[in-house]
Amino acid sequence: MTLLDTFQVAFRSLAINKMRSGLTMLGVIIGVASVILLVSVGSGLQAFVTDQFDELGTDLLTVFPGELKFGDTAGREGGPPGSANNKLTREIAELIERRADLVEGVTPVATTYSETKYLGKERTTGILGTTVNYIDIRKSPTDKGRFFSRQEESGTKRVAVLGATTVKELFGNRDPIGEDLKISGKSFTVIGVFESKGAAFGNDQDDLVAIPLTTFERVFDLDKVSYIYTKVGDVERVDQAKRQIERILLTQMNNEDVSVIGTQDLLDTVTSILGVITAGLGGIAAISLVVGGIGIANIMLVSVTERIREIGIRKAVGATSRDILLQFLTEAATLSVIGGVVGILIGVGGSLILNNFVQTVVPTWSIILGFTISALTGIVSGVGPAIKAARMDPIAALRFE
Amino acid sequence: MKPLLTLKDVSRTYELGGVAVHALNKVSTELKEGEFVAIMGPSGSGKSTLMHIIGLLDTPSSGELLYKDKSIKNLSENDRAKLRNKVIGFVFQQFNLIKKVSALDNVILPIIYRHERIKNSKKIGARLLTRLGLGNRQDHAPNQLSGGQQQRVAIARALINDPEIILADEPTGNLDTKTGDQIMQILKNLNNEGKTIVMVTHESEIAKYADRIIRIVDGKIIEDK
Repeated sequence: MTLLDTFQVAFRSLAINKMRSGLTMLGVIIGVASVILLVSVGSGLQAFVTDQFDELGTDLLTVFPGELKFGDTAGREGGPPGSANNKLTREIAELIERRADLVEGVTPVATTYSETKYLGKERTTGILGTTVNYIDIRKSPTDKGRFFSRQEESGTKRVAVLGATTVKELFGNRDPIGEDLKISGKSFTVIGVFESKGAAFGNDQDDLVAIPLTTFERVFDLDKVSYIYTKVGDVERVDQAKRQIERILLTQMNNEDVSVIGTQDLLDTVTSILGVITAGLGGIAAISLVVGGIGIANIMLVSVTERIREIGIRKAVGATSRDILLQFLTEAATLSVIGGVVGILIGVGGSLILNNFVQTVVPTWSIILGFTISALTGIVSGVGPAIKAARMDPIAALRFE
Repeated sequence: MKPLLTLKDVSRTYELGGVAVHALNKVSTELKEGEFVAIMGPSGSGKSTLMHIIGLLDTPSSGELLYKDKSIKNLSENDRAKLRNKVIGFVFQQFNLIKKVSALDNVILPIIYRHERIKNSKKIGARLLTRLGLGNRQDHAPNQLSGGQQQRVAIARALINDPEIILADEPTGNLDTKTGDQIMQILKNLNNEGKTIVMVTHESEIAKYADRIIRIVDGKIIEDK
């Protein structure tokens, strides 16, 4: 029996029971498709996070008030300047800028929420008080108009740079540049609009109003900042710069009052957590592949029992045990491989569709894994029934009713 | 005539519920090329066991089995299957065609187990079916054929590898007399063309087609003429 014969016989047997073969394959199809889909969602999330951090810059060190542990990243944009333990001020930022020679740029950021109002339209928006350096360090250029200048900053001018969402909500299609915006009841002149950044972690990064920190301090009567961004410039010296900043900070406050966190540290932590989540998702989906395998084993057993007479006939006309073994193994493998390929197509197609809503990435390894596992599943689950068929005594099989 | 198969003191013993059953007891005989032999006997006489041993589906518990003077008693199961494929063509009482597979595909089934590439196997099968009067029934599944037609498909299958022996186990058992006679005529014609035919039957009418009748009772040959 040639290999081609083996495949022809297997294929024809499967074609006779199309419905059954299809349903059996469905188990593998769902298994492989869900592995690929879930892994693609997990990998997409990882890619997205990496992009976000890359945008931030891996040479960025952020000084947070208090002891910040990994996992508290949600408070990254928060840390209200008014909280009692906060010892970060504009002066601390200036101190770092003066004394940390490994640091290229420093910008303190104070945040709060406040009423913003334009021509009767009113909404609560995140207000950001910062310095001129912000635009470089946060890689946040203006799309329209301009950022505020050092003169405006030292002059405590009431000028504001808006995020795209804020503009849309308050001004609609109207050009906001030069318009008068009320923040906390005070008049500000809109001088620029940030380039859109999109949403991160369900958090709209375009819904903000940036004003000079000096103005912020006066309007909201706050003298603390939420965090201080420092840009190292030389990626190789981030760790060194971090220690230098820490030494400077410790001259002003205690260890537990402040944390210096590198983007790379955060990225590593988040990526490893997401990696575990992705593997977990894939693992859960892989369970359905096992179920699919059991389905194949079950159907093959039924098929062997149903075809005892056929096995007897084949043996009588000269089929060896090996021929019969190969025939049933090939049937099981064909079921699972076709199921695997269809599953891959559905999985990849599904993740392409899903990509319209959340970022998905189909890693090549997940396709290879899905295919390998499905092929193995078929062979492993086919072995038992195939051996049963191969060992059958031809005389007894021919007599079987 | 040269002996094709020689049985020397062949016994076959089964274990049935701890009791030894002697299905065949020291049977010795020769099957010569070109013979038409009928094996007769009541049920339980051991004629089916004898046929299975001749058909290489079963092996003797003791004694010697020779194919063209070569001992084949100790052949492995695989080698028996390969020899069976080449030398023996089976015709069964139940026809034993594979359901849902066309007549033609049933006929060429033994070819795929020849372990060599055969060109035109479909053509050879179709020619055989035509010869047996089923040229226009090639694509029919067994359940679309009458009993006589099914048995003719089975005969075509038995002939496809051009075996030396056709082994027929009650070939007319499931057919009416008229159809049975037609099938027997086909076998007779094959014998006239030189094929060795070994047939198991319990009907004397059918056995008349044979040149030689072996009667077996209780696992022993009691008559051979």
